[in-house]
Amino acid sequence: MNLLLRWANPFVAGKVAARLRAVSLPAAVLFGATGMVWGLFFAPADYLQGESVRIIYLHVPSATLSTLLFGAMAVASLGFLVLRLPSLALVCRAIAPSGLLMTALCLITGSLWGKLSWGTWWVWDARLTSLLVLFFIYIGYFALESLFADTDAARARIVTSVFVLVGAVDLPIVKFSVDWWYSLHQPASLLRKGGSSIHPDLLQPLLLCLASATLFAAWASFTAFENISMRTRLRRF
Amino acid sequence: MRASRNSPRNSRSASRKASHRSWRRTQRLTAVIVLLGCLGVGAMFVLTALRENIVFFLVPSDIVERLAEGRMEDAPIRLGGLVLEGSVVRDKNSGVVRFVVTDGSEHVAVRYRGIVPDLFREGQGVVASGTLAARVAVALGGKPPELLPLLEAEQILAKHDEYYMPRGLEKALKKRDLWREQP
Repeated sequence: MNLLLRWANPFVAGKVAARLRAVSLPAAVLFGATGMVWGLFFAPADYLQGESVRIIYLHVPSATLSTLLFGAMAVASLGFLVLRLPSLALVCRAIAPSGLLMTALCLITGSLWGKLSWGTWWVWDARLTSLLVLFFIYIGYFALESLFADTDAARARIVTSVFVLVGAVDLPIVKFSVDWWYSLHQPASLLRKGGSSIHPDLLQPLLLCLASATLFAAWASFTAFENISMRTRLRRF
Repeated sequence: MRASRNSPRNSRSASRKASHRSWRRTQRLTAVIVLLGCLGVGAMFVLTALRENIVFFLVPSDIVERLAEGRMEDAPIRLGGLVLEGSVVRDKNSGVVRFVVTDGSEHVAVRYRGIVPDLFREGQGVVASGTLAARVAVALGGKPPELLPLLEAEQILAKHDEYYMPRGLEKALKKRDLWREQP
């Protein structure tokens, strides 16, 4: 608990973030370059979809992270509401931009892939719609935060944290939409009962790309956290 | 200052303050969990009530059941299922494609004029949207013709499953009888 509280201090947490940040970017670049070259040039084409399956190396990492990062924001928000440590609200705010970016990337790559394999850019099926809702929840978070972050930071932290927790109800809907309802989108192929349904030849570069996207999001979040905690420090003096 | 902080009276009040703080934390945690629980249950009710609107398509069994109960309206619908093996008939002159969609137990015939997606294949998933017309007689796999509901489709979308594998592997799997059949 003492360690946790020490980290909760924006001064200390900023320093820790700086150290982690320095490691995560080169690792993300290394993994991403390897995964992309492997996936785009060396991995085999799909038996059914042919070359267009290669969009998977962008789509699946961005889709996974769009939900995972919002989950992390929800955990930080829950922690903030219970413990009232301002740093946790800053963590939530620091993760949000990468989450929004990943969600946008997921929608764009998904739309391209949909046109190639399904024959349409967009349909209102449960998976696509619930992910679009997640995109708007991210936008709503930024709107709400900018509404009174400068005038009443303490209240902004509480209101945005409650908003993120309410928005988190969309996460299980995104994940299980393909199992609960008939949808055009196929069921999960990575995190599913009985293991991944992707052949190892395609799965290995995909996992590298997923690791890279995760590290990139971590780097972006650490950078944002450092900026925010620095701003907090400046405001204090 | 230091002396007064270490006096017994103050340390007792400090510990009371700490226990009060932890009690407040527990209280807030409970409130947040109750809030989340209520939201989750509420969302579940809404989604269950809207089930018919959320499903993207109807399977042939749904359509046959609704037709039997007289619940099928004239409004456009989406039909989803697998393209029955050996059922695709293309008319080169008019550009009309006819096929049968199956869910394993019931069948619905589809007629579509236009270009189908690349992934449209026999044995693969498909979603066809359009309106139901009169029934047509279709002979399924050498059996005597059967009257099936006919969907006049305006759009054909291909649906694929969650399996990805290198080219050629599926033939090897089929040969060794390891190819999974879709439900």
